[in-house]
Amino acid sequence: MDFYNIIFFLFALITIVSAFIVVTSRNIIYSGFSLLFTFFGVAGIYVLLGSDFIAVVQIMVYVGGILILILFGVMLTNKIVDVEIRTGASHMLPAAIGVGILFGALTAVMVFTGWKSEPGLVPQTTTVDIGKLLITDYVLIFELLAMLLLVALIGAATIARREKE
Amino acid sequence: MFQVGLTHFLVVSTILFSLGIYGIVTRKNAVMVLMGIELILNAANINFIAFAKYGNFGLNGQIIALFVIILAAAEAAIALAIVLNTYKTFSNVNVDEIDKLKE
Repeated sequence: MDFYNIIFFLFALITIVSAFIVVTSRNIIYSGFSLLFTFFGVAGIYVLLGSDFIAVVQIMVYVGGILILILFGVMLTNKIVDVEIRTGASHMLPAAIGVGILFGALTAVMVFTGWKSEPGLVPQTTTVDIGKLLITDYVLIFELLAMLLLVALIGAATIARREKE
Repeated sequence: MFQVGLTHFLVVSTILFSLGIYGIVTRKNAVMVLMGIELILNAANINFIAFAKYGNFGLNGQIIALFVIILAAAEAAIALAIVLNTYKTFSNVNVDEIDKLKE
């Protein structure tokens, strides 16, 4: 089980370092591409937790969809030719202090709470069982999410449409 | 013998959550605020899946994480449509300079 620990710390390091670059980099393009590594690291953590299907969905939806959308948003809202791509930051010191306090409090809660921890009983492949649960116990939420995605599609197209002058 | 357990995953998700809050609070660009929100949603997902494994809840936590990913996709699409509209109106997307609902 030693190999498991090494892999965990590798993915945790990738996730945290790239997330740090995301929030501190002055160049928004660097932030966008660091977000790619954050999503990959989180997908690796999902695999370590025995959820292979969610990891694949994470890579397909986040990296293939949301990240591309965000990069389109960056490129459509910045003047690439004028080097106006740097973004400002404000209130760095108060934010750092406040977030530090929040992080300390949350970490104390996570570490010192006696969580009931009994690993196991997660099957080797989860895809079949997730599919069965989606069409039995969670079928209402599944259908509602399908409606929500349709509404979001129509809404996004309507909001972003250029009006004819 | 040292073994990675529930607490380690929870601490990783806490760090990710704090970095997301820091990004939302400090950055001016609206797209950067969106990236912070994505970090926070990923932290929540790590918590869901970690408790699904170590709390012995079967697959329910993983399905909630799947729903969170779907909602994040819808949220990113709508938010970027709003950001594009804001850019058309104000010619920038800095959240501290956008203080009118219309021109």
